[in-house]
Amino acid sequence: MTTTEMPDTLHRILDYSSRSDPYPLYAELRRTPVARQEDGSYVISTYRELADILHNPHLSSDVRNLSHPMPSHEGETTPAFINLDPPEHDRLRRMAMRHFGPPHTPGLVTGMEPALSAAVDGLIDDFAGKERIDIVDDLAYPFPVTVICRLLGVPREDEPRFSLWVNDIINSIDYDARTDPKEKLDKGVQARADLREYLGGLLAERHGRPGADLLSRLANDDGPDGRMTDEEIISTANLLLIAGHETTVNLITNGMLTLLRYPQVLQRLREDPDLAVPLVEELLRYEPPVHIIPWRAAYSEITVGDTVIPQGSQIMLMLASGSRDPDRFHDPDRFDPDRTDNQHLGFGSGIHLCFGGPLARREAQIALTELARRLDHPSLVADPPPYRRSPVLRGPIHLQVEQNGG
Amino acid sequence: MTSADNLRAFKRDGRIVIVGASLAGLRAAEYLRDEGFTGSLTMIGDETGEPYDRPPLSKQVLTGWVPADGTMLPRRREIDAEWLLGVPAAGLDLATDNVRLADGREVPFDRVLIATGVRARPWFVESEAELDGVFVVRTREHAEGLQRALAAGPSRVLVIGAGFTGSEIASICRERDIPVTVAELAPAPLVGALGAMIGEVASDLQRAHGVDLRCGVKVTQLEGDSQGKLRRAHFDDGSTLDVDVAVVALGGIRNTEWLQGSGLAAGVWGIACDTGCRALDLNGLVTDDVFVAGDVARCPNPVYEYRLISLEHWANAVEQAEVAAHNMVNGQADRWPHLSIPTFWSIQFGVNIKSVGVPTFADEVVVTQGSVSEHRFVAAYGYQGRVTAAVSFNNAKWLDHYRRLIETAAHFPPSCPTPDQPVDSKPVPVDFPGPVLLAQGATVVVTGHNPSERRVTAAYQHHR
Amino acid sequence: MRVVVDLSRCEGYAQCAFLAPDAFRMHGEEALMYDPNPDDAQRDRVLRAAAACPVQAILVDRLEGRSEERGVPVEASRS
Repeated sequence: MTTTEMPDTLHRILDYSSRSDPYPLYAELRRTPVARQEDGSYVISTYRELADILHNPHLSSDVRNLSHPMPSHEGETTPAFINLDPPEHDRLRRMAMRHFGPPHTPGLVTGMEPALSAAVDGLIDDFAGKERIDIVDDLAYPFPVTVICRLLGVPREDEPRFSLWVNDIINSIDYDARTDPKEKLDKGVQARADLREYLGGLLAERHGRPGADLLSRLANDDGPDGRMTDEEIISTANLLLIAGHETTVNLITNGMLTLLRYPQVLQRLREDPDLAVPLVEELLRYEPPVHIIPWRAAYSEITVGDTVIPQGSQIMLMLASGSRDPDRFHDPDRFDPDRTDNQHLGFGSGIHLCFGGPLARREAQIALTELARRLDHPSLVADPPPYRRSPVLRGPIHLQVEQNGG
Repeated sequence: MTSADNLRAFKRDGRIVIVGASLAGLRAAEYLRDEGFTGSLTMIGDETGEPYDRPPLSKQVLTGWVPADGTMLPRRREIDAEWLLGVPAAGLDLATDNVRLADGREVPFDRVLIATGVRARPWFVESEAELDGVFVVRTREHAEGLQRALAAGPSRVLVIGAGFTGSEIASICRERDIPVTVAELAPAPLVGALGAMIGEVASDLQRAHGVDLRCGVKVTQLEGDSQGKLRRAHFDDGSTLDVDVAVVALGGIRNTEWLQGSGLAAGVWGIACDTGCRALDLNGLVTDDVFVAGDVARCPNPVYEYRLISLEHWANAVEQAEVAAHNMVNGQADRWPHLSIPTFWSIQFGVNIKSVGVPTFADEVVVTQGSVSEHRFVAAYGYQGRVTAAVSFNNAKWLDHYRRLIETAAHFPPSCPTPDQPVDSKPVPVDFPGPVLLAQGATVVVTGHNPSERRVTAAYQHHR
Repeated sequence: MRVVVDLSRCEGYAQCAFLAPDAFRMHGEEALMYDPNPDDAQRDRVLRAAAACPVQAILVDRLEGRSEERGVPVEASRS
């Protein structure tokens, strides 16, 4: 393994024109597993190297450890745990986990299952008779947003307000000072401030009023680690709201798109709902909702394979490329829900493994099973469909589907 | 079995006998069928019933959550074997290629796999071991009996030996709110396996959970009443303790007695073999048709100066089973070496303790990440300037990194800081009790991920 | 149904304890305790838990419902 300059491939991946099919470019990238870029950053694209570095304690998630801090994170004084390292990361994630999963709240996700099914049923009832539907607008977006709002305690009717902020924040994640207008960055910074202020307002109402939603529980918790500060609660809620918005929508939409491209699998899912379980794992490998972790930092010198990455370097992790690495997965470009050896990187790995993964899995399993069961001979209107801008959180912005009969 | 024709014929209708029908034996049988072996397969086991898993016996079973007969091992596939259960093997005749059973039956083979494992070391006075209330934990019958005794609400339990099993049992007692005393000859729990620094952490953990921990003491006598019921324990400092349950957790004895006279390099240390799991004979020569896997195997590890190492680790049994099975039905040129870095876990007092490498093969230890006082940390072990092992307390997600450090003979102490740098990160002597054999020598590097690609490379210039 | 977890692979991600909380329980933050023989009523949840394991450490019996292929003489088996 050698380190060579390969600026072209990465920029072609980030360019919108490759959004519908970045996979051939990932294959090109994998020829250099750890590739130094012109600007001194590093891109890692092969499975073994990704798995190694995700378990490397010298890899930092705190952008303040970059020698050139990311512009989009300016002004962020209290990062969420996704952007922190141990021990702070561990403490905040543990405190949030107290109200979301095991060991303190083990039955939360399974307890939500009836509500998840009801939400999907309701949405499908609304479009069951229509000849043309948009999987994104009619199900894949409203479903997880409803779920995350209920979980957090954010009023669903405020969605038009915060979805604009979330959109501006996502657009600013991959801001590149050389190619993007400054406005893109400014809008992101402003949206962060607005969303924090909004969540701060919701939090203020909850102090001293214990309730079932996550904001109430965090506001009134006195666990072994004490209580989060208001700033920490807002950062956590902010993270979960954005993640709950922008990832599951892609998983469900990418899933439906893939099923429509593999009609025999769609038919199998119709007949055998149990298939949804391995099928969603294969989706997480084959068409994952998060393609790239764009901003990890070398806290100190890191050796990956034969490459030594200097302290302070920015490191980009191409997770979706790793999950298509032929050195790890047999016939990786084939969508195969019967795959048995499927230790994918769809939710990352190591201490930052997706916080909401179990919920996302159940949402996708339930949504895809019900879509398969209730859509009548669905077909794609356009293939490929139009995509969102982001190369990081990748998925169609609309997925028009026609069905028979009405 | 030299020519390809012979090998094909053997794979088609040869006879393989597996002695030992527990984890290693079962997995080996499954891997043999995976490899395309279609001949006859015979499983010999001294216990009745299907192969079952042992780790839950000192954990889930003793809490009362899982019944002792509920740990039967799931199957990876069908194995189409003949099962000879309930009768132990009593001898191995390599002149006629027969396994002799205790009831006199003879079972012929072309190739044999020995996976007879270990049994619990009993209390050293037989009459005291037989007292009602004295237990060991190795089989499901043992676990069932101890679980019943714990459920009856004993006034106090005495655990003799603070290794992993003894510590786990003490943890369960506290979880069930049963008063427990732990007696250990060494200065601290786990010290024989993990050294003095971790031993001190383990002591804190036990005491913080209300264990009456007594180190540096020896139990000299278990005293019963006229009904044969355990009443009291005597210590070498002259003190006594009233107890109604005593658990003897003094490690295991390798089941090799049946191989006396077989000509194999078998003894209390286990059965010596090469990295391909082929048994050595008394002269140290490799045999062709006798293979060994699991707790009873004593296998060289190139990373540790080719020292012969016996491991009573779950993963080791599974990995050796796979390597042994592969080598039993493949020719010399296609043989795999067993080159895994040992891994181990223990669950006690709400902490997940994991290790990678061989912590006893070390002269220094250093905390590299986290906080010892919060019982969340990783410690790296080093020998002569290279990393040889690591142990984590509730920090398992980092351990794979240390496995890579061991495999690549990385420099010790690890030089670069991490964000979770402990306050005190100076190496200290590892300080094992008793003699620890260490020697200087060559370093090797292990490469490859799948068993088919794992290889050793000599690395004379690897140290920085 | 029979289950075994390779705890030397397990890194304590707790995904199984989310998805099948009656069969997989966290003991503290990171240590997993599980039921090696969960009730058949748990089947769907256990299969979801096994599929979701980030290190693929959960093995569920592949001979489920085909016990005749286990091959162990019935008289020698415990109930």
